[in-house]
Amino acid sequence: MLDWLHIPMPPAPLLFAQLLVGLINGAFYAMLSLGLAVIFGLLNIINFTHGAQYMLGAFCAWFLLNGLGIGYWPALIIAPVVVGFSGIVIERVFLRQIAGLDHLYGLLLTFGLALIIEGGFRQAYGSSGQPYTIPAELQGAQNLGFMFLPNYRAWVIVASLGVCLATWFVIERTRLGAYLRAATENPVLVQAFGIDVPRMVTLTYGAGVGLAALAGVMAAPIYQVSPLMGTNIIIVVFAVVVIGGMGSILGAIVSGFGLGLIEGLTKVFYPEASNTVIFVIMAIVLLVKPAGLFGRAA
Amino acid sequence: MRTSGPGATGTAPFWLWTAGLILLALAAPYFFYPIFLMKALCMALFACAFNLLVGYVGLLSFGHAAFFGTASYITAHTVKVWGLPTELGILAGVAVAAALGTVFGYLAIRRQGIYFAMVTLAFAQMVFFFCLQVPFTGGEDGIQAVPRGWLFGLIDLNDTLVMYYVVLAVFLFGFGVIVRTIYSPFGQVLTAIRENEPRAISLGYRVDHYKLLAFILSAALSGLAGSTKAIVFQFASLTDVNWTMSGEVVLMTLLGGIGTILGPVVGAFVIVTMENYLAQTGSWVTIIQGVIFVICVLTFRRGIVGVIAPYVTGRQHPPAGPEPARPVPEVAAR
Repeated sequence: MLDWLHIPMPPAPLLFAQLLVGLINGAFYAMLSLGLAVIFGLLNIINFTHGAQYMLGAFCAWFLLNGLGIGYWPALIIAPVVVGFSGIVIERVFLRQIAGLDHLYGLLLTFGLALIIEGGFRQAYGSSGQPYTIPAELQGAQNLGFMFLPNYRAWVIVASLGVCLATWFVIERTRLGAYLRAATENPVLVQAFGIDVPRMVTLTYGAGVGLAALAGVMAAPIYQVSPLMGTNIIIVVFAVVVIGGMGSILGAIVSGFGLGLIEGLTKVFYPEASNTVIFVIMAIVLLVKPAGLFGRAA
Repeated sequence: MRTSGPGATGTAPFWLWTAGLILLALAAPYFFYPIFLMKALCMALFACAFNLLVGYVGLLSFGHAAFFGTASYITAHTVKVWGLPTELGILAGVAVAAALGTVFGYLAIRRQGIYFAMVTLAFAQMVFFFCLQVPFTGGEDGIQAVPRGWLFGLIDLNDTLVMYYVVLAVFLFGFGVIVRTIYSPFGQVLTAIRENEPRAISLGYRVDHYKLLAFILSAALSGLAGSTKAIVFQFASLTDVNWTMSGEVVLMTLLGGIGTILGPVVGAFVIVTMENYLAQTGSWVTIIQGVIFVICVLTFRRGIVGVIAPYVTGRQHPPAGPEPARPVPEVAAR
């Protein structure tokens, strides 16, 4: 199939295994860039704390399991709510104060908050990861004939797709989403129509942060729960956001999954470049279509 | 043009301040630990180079560690493995940083505001992974035991005091270039771009050329700081290219005062001092850096020098208006 490229075709199991890893990574890229896009739309802030909040979600699940004996399924609800609430506090205490200022102050402020959160967790737990066991219902794997598909990974892909589509539905197809999009375009006018925009801003930030925490809980059994897990992923997610452009929700989802897959493929054909391939794609996109694949012109 | 630049008007207090600071710098190694001073000077040059971009063009780069770290690696490698003389090693580091700056700058200035910050951060991360994987950087070990050598074959750099004065000279050279740039007609155009880019375009300036040139200059001088650091510490490592280094230089500039000439220097000395005292406390350095970020953004956006300067010189010092220096005009971010 790939003879014309003079690249030896890798054995099928390796190919499918890496494609699966890519799809899993892509699921997290998609969920995180979705949250970033929603927050950016309304608050005009690039939420640098997003990675730390993803890490908080994973740690929250870990606390619930090891401290209170509360398992994975309740944690899927509890962790996003708890972390989302902490996000609401952050919005009320910090972000609101810089609302009228240059966007870059938002970046710097959230970067500082990320340093505080991550530094605190590193001080308390060290840099090494804590394992989080896969819930009993999802252990084991399916034999698909050409590969083994671990049940938990299948669940993550299905669930994250579900979450992404649900978010898209809420924003594009409901009345609440219509308010949200309207407030993104013109907050003053929406406020004049009697909608409490400041409260909507707070809740949106909370929801975006909750989405990051949900991704964190889902990631906990796959990657280890470590204070550094957020930073490692957030920079890649930034590149994903630049590639996709923040104009459209669907764009964030597609580019998240797509880039995850490309990363997985690179691991098969040219492993040395697997860490950098997304950044190279970003460079190419900047050359060809500076506004991003799905973005509106700047 | 020269007289219109604040601080360049040649008033007595200004020259008095300059002379006093230089005297202080000359005498400093007799009172403070020279290695500490050299580190602070390298970081100060780095921060000044960064500030040229954020303070005077309004471009917030979150990836300047790429230039600092790459130059540091190149200098360490050329001096240690190729046996180049120290000055040529530093030159090689600067040249590579400038080349890297040309490529990244060309791509990054296609986006503005927040996107610019994300693009530079992503490119710097790419450089980090590259440095992690290529064999010549020594991976996690870095390049160690780089010989300091002789400057121009005449000056023995192994003497700490001599090394200090060389670093001071390098710093003053870099600082001089930056100050000269800021007050040159070129620098005035940069400020115009920061204040109102569409207007600068409508006045016929080829804004992208100016931005790119400023980016390359900033990258080259960041490289100079990194190369000098590699010679001083005889060591180049992944810390120099990591995103935390990019964050640190942002913090120094923000704390000292974005868009002020001396701000980054003050910020660098404060942060390096803090790190010196807190080095043993593990992650507390990170936490305190985060706290400083938050405090600066919420209550202290002018920075130390931005607040103090008007009292010292009796006038508004930074060329920015009453509003604290804005990194980017409002039109930029979407």
